Amino acid sequence: MKEKINLKIDNLSVSVDAGTTILDAAKMINVRIPTLCHHEDLCVAGNCRVCVVEQSGADRLLPACATPVSEGMEIYTNSLKVRTARKQIIELLISEHRAECTTCYKNGNCELQALTTEYIVGENGYIPLVPLKGYTVDEFSPSIIKDDSKCIRCQRCVRTCDQIQSVGALTVAHKGGEMKVSTFFDKPIYEVVCTNCGQCVNRCPTGALTEKAYINEVWDAIYDPEKFVVVQTAPAVRIALGEALDMEPGEIVTGKMVAALRRIGFNSVLDTDFSADLTIIEEGNELLQRLKKALKDKDPNVKLPMTTSCSPGWVKFIEHTFPNFLEHVSTAKSPQQMFGALAKTFYANKIGVDPEKMVSVSVMLCTAKKFEANRPEMRASGYQDVDYVVTTRELALMVKQAGIDFGSLPDDDYDSIMGESSGAGVIFGATGGVMEAALRTVYEVVTGREVPFDGLNIMPVRGMENVREASIKIEDPLPEWDFLDGVEVKTCVAHGLSNAKKVMESVRDGKADYHFIEIMACPGGCLGGGGQPLPTSPEIRQKRAEAIYREDAGKKIRKSHENPEIIQLYDEFLIEPLGHKSHELLHTTYTTRERY
Amino acid sequence: MNKSLKRLDLIFKNEHDAETILSKSLSRTNEELIEDLISSGLKGRGGAGFPTGLKWKLTAEAKGENKYVICNADEGEPGTFKDREILSSVPHKVMTGMAICARIIGSLKGFIYLRGEYKFLVPKLNKAIDEFHALLDKLKLPFRIEIFLGCGAYICGEETALFESMEGHRGEPRNKPPYPTDAGYLGGPTVINNVETLAHTYSIFKYGPEKFRDLGVKDSRGSKVFSVSGDTPIPGIYELEFGMTLQKFVDDFGDGDAKAVQVGGAAGFCVPRKRFENTKIGYKGKLTGISLPTGGSMMIFNSSRSMYNVLHNYLDFFVEESCGQCTPCRVGTQQLLLGIEAVKRGDKPSGYLDELLSLAETMRITAKCGLGQSVANSFSSIVENFREEMIY
Ligand SMILES: Cc1cc2nc3c(=O)[nH]c(=O)nc-3n(C[C@H](O)[C@H](O)[C@H](O)COP(=O)(O)O)c2cc1C
Ligand code: SF4
Ligand code: SF4
Ligand code: SF4
Ligand code: SF4
Ligand code: FES
Repeated sequence: MKEKINLKIDNLSVSVDAGTTILDAAKMINVRIPTLCHHEDLCVAGNCRVCVVEQSGADRLLPACATPVSEGMEIYTNSLKVRTARKQIIELLISEHRAECTTCYKNGNCELQALTTEYIVGENGYIPLVPLKGYTVDEFSPSIIKDDSKCIRCQRCVRTCDQIQSVGALTVAHKGGEMKVSTFFDKPIYEVVCTNCGQCVNRCPTGALTEKAYINEVWDAIYDPEKFVVVQTAPAVRIALGEALDMEPGEIVTGKMVAALRRIGFNSVLDTDFSADLTIIEEGNELLQRLKKALKDKDPNVKLPMTTSCSPGWVKFIEHTFPNFLEHVSTAKSPQQMFGALAKTFYANKIGVDPEKMVSVSVMLCTAKKFEANRPEMRASGYQDVDYVVTTRELALMVKQAGIDFGSLPDDDYDSIMGESSGAGVIFGATGGVMEAALRTVYEVVTGREVPFDGLNIMPVRGMENVREASIKIEDPLPEWDFLDGVEVKTCVAHGLSNAKKVMESVRDGKADYHFIEIMACPGGCLGGGGQPLPTSPEIRQKRAEAIYREDAGKKIRKSHENPEIIQLYDEFLIEPLGHKSHELLHTTYTTRERY
Repeated sequence: MNKSLKRLDLIFKNEHDAETILSKSLSRTNEELIEDLISSGLKGRGGAGFPTGLKWKLTAEAKGENKYVICNADEGEPGTFKDREILSSVPHKVMTGMAICARIIGSLKGFIYLRGEYKFLVPKLNKAIDEFHALLDKLKLPFRIEIFLGCGAYICGEETALFESMEGHRGEPRNKPPYPTDAGYLGGPTVINNVETLAHTYSIFKYGPEKFRDLGVKDSRGSKVFSVSGDTPIPGIYELEFGMTLQKFVDDFGDGDAKAVQVGGAAGFCVPRKRFENTKIGYKGKLTGISLPTGGSMMIFNSSRSMYNVLHNYLDFFVEESCGQCTPCRVGTQQLLLGIEAVKRGDKPSGYLDELLSLAETMRITAKCGLGQSVANSFSSIVENFREEMIY
């Protein structure tokens, strides 16, 4: 057991483990100390100084987020000295900030704003520094906007990009009054190693880093009588959207979301989970084909391990960081892009709509999906396959704009075809989900039997551990797959790009003998995506994950290959996995990119 | 040419007995050596004035696989070059101090963090290091010293920013605790001392703690090397005994018209003429009334000087040299600078100076490192003592 430390905070006694910070100790007794640079997912920075508290007998104030408790400490969180200093620090921050809340994208969702509503600082503060700064806005990226005039230099973004993602696209440049968050040679985010994952956006306390919103474009399309607007919704939107609409984390709002999308005016409300099932069929078969080439045909050129390709943040990361390993990435497009390619071909034909007039919108938990939709490869239908990507946060705004009382909506069902999904498609939203979905199908294809896990729940690949390994032994396969008899299929699951990097380094160094690797760019997988409601924390992500597995468990169909609409799609249109049509519409190529 | 009138000659005396001092010291126990240092009353010459013996003791007691001894030769304070002089004339004293420290704390690796601009010293210093290594081999002390060239920013002289810069990161100060004695360079317990501090340990181990204690006054023992500049006919570096009054100092060094002395450079205090008589040079304490010069800069201003301009220069320096990470320092320095300009122009009422004084106090108690914390020293002492000059 850890040593206990006794102290007093605002005259309340508390006993905590040694090493606890004053901030956390205060939390335990419900004393709230304001913070800005602190974030649960990140290492301590201690640079904003709004969390300063007074220690009895000490001359200087202490940053509560960065100071461990010590025995007999007497801490005051709201003394005259603290209030005076904290107010001045907030005033200082505002003096270098373009505080135009009414026109700011973060209005109502901003930690700096929340602090100023508590400490009404008034007009007569310090000299405004904004006019002297020549701030710029970087709007070139299709995913992310960086507005330096809203930056409070808390470096949460820098720490996120470095520690969680090991990308290092954002760095601190210059010093003193010129200090700012920058990129390699201050290039636009669009031109550097940034993966568009949006994790920095999720942790930026202000409006300095935001997603590029396409809300107005989507409304325009809906209002245009000439256009037929289809919408798809990613797996992890339905378990998080509620958070942005006054509900608790972990609520499943699939039916309400579908109803809201109809009310908003989308012509067809369809499901990315459908194309997640499709991804499993294509990607699973690709894996089997690679295994066959490697183990049966002894083809020395086949690339194993194969990695997943559905996370566009991961794809851009490997393009920059491990360009020599691009052939290891499954050529299967992500569910969003499979859906997009089918929407303006198969689906348009099916419902008799001119694809020229179709606008394809996707609701994603992800900012990198915005970039992905804009990739030049993603025009297999002859048009841009997905026209606009909006995040969970943007959809919540649209719901509010439409005056919809979300909580009271009745549940509604997706349209068909391309609206049905299996539980396997649902769990794409959680780290390990693609692996689990793939194993449910691949194992059955090879052996004719269900995966040997209780209730189809492949527990070893679930959870929040950074890197998880699991293997599954193939025994007694169908004759076609006899070369797999006795083979232990080795898999690995990683989430967050810093973990992805570690896994890829061991692959590069020949230290890993995996067959299949699932990688999601974001912590927790898509449920922690860069477009999800704020805030984010390990607890919130855990609740979302539980909701996803609940949704899976409640599904009638649990395996992608049993999704009747998928079967119909192959029967009517695609003919066979990895077939001619698939190659044309559902598979893609990758590009080597510079590393800066 | 600057005249180097050395009132005392402890530091610069070129003694060629490193081997004797070192072997004599190594034959004694760690406890004895630490006891000598503590009783000598030696305090750090680099800034904070932390008792050196205690620093070594804490690091010796700290748990850690790898421990380090670092000589801080970043010397970024404008107008100071005493560490350069010490390193170029008596490097063996500094290295002897480092080696004894290494034995005491159990370190195998030492660094001299040399200010980038002092690159020209490297060849000569490396030669001295090689000779010293030979001596260490002879005495069978497994310790090696290496030069690390600094990054060029003033803030990299702050000990934790210095570690960051040595580790290849941006030179940003860390949170304390943990202190370097527990977790410094690469997370190992680290003794970091100023060049001059280390040179003094040599004298203490050579002549004994009593000799050192005899110099100076209570709380401020020994001598200190100062860089004297400004309105003086004899600028240069001088080794002086602690406890000298500022009156005596300006009598010796001034041009007869001194109205103020800035003790300790930009981060130090401005003492007006009326306080010369009862201010002694030394660490902060009842006797001296002021805190010690960081790098040992003593700048004399005569009555022709505008104290507004002096303060403006200091604030310019801070606005530029703040690392920029923490709010009170990054924004506060800019506000102080713009604030005094606005008052001078008449855009803000003279009462705004009081708001700025309050801001400076907030910076002192909330900034993350010594840089932001010390801005209030010069700001408040100049604004309070020369308020009219700020307004008119
Ligand atoms: C902004 C700043 C700059 C500093 N620069 C130096 C420096 O150039 N040289 C130095 O020895 N100490 C410098 N220090 C002090 C160091 O942080 C540290 O206290 C010192 O090296 C400890 O050595 P000492 O105990 O021998 O004084 C600086 C401190 C601050 C806050
Ligand atoms: S970032 Fe926050 S405080 Fe700043 S303008 Fe936007 S909403 Fe207001
Ligand atoms: S979007 Fe992701 S990769 Fe890009 S800067 Fe932000 S954290 Fe880094
Ligand atoms: S961009 Fe946002 S997260 Fe990054 S330093 Fe600025 S305010 Fe903080
Ligand atoms: S006080 Fe100034 S120099 Fe020190 S950490 Fe803060 S911003 Fe950087
Ligand atoms: S929250 Fe503690 S310093 Fe920023």
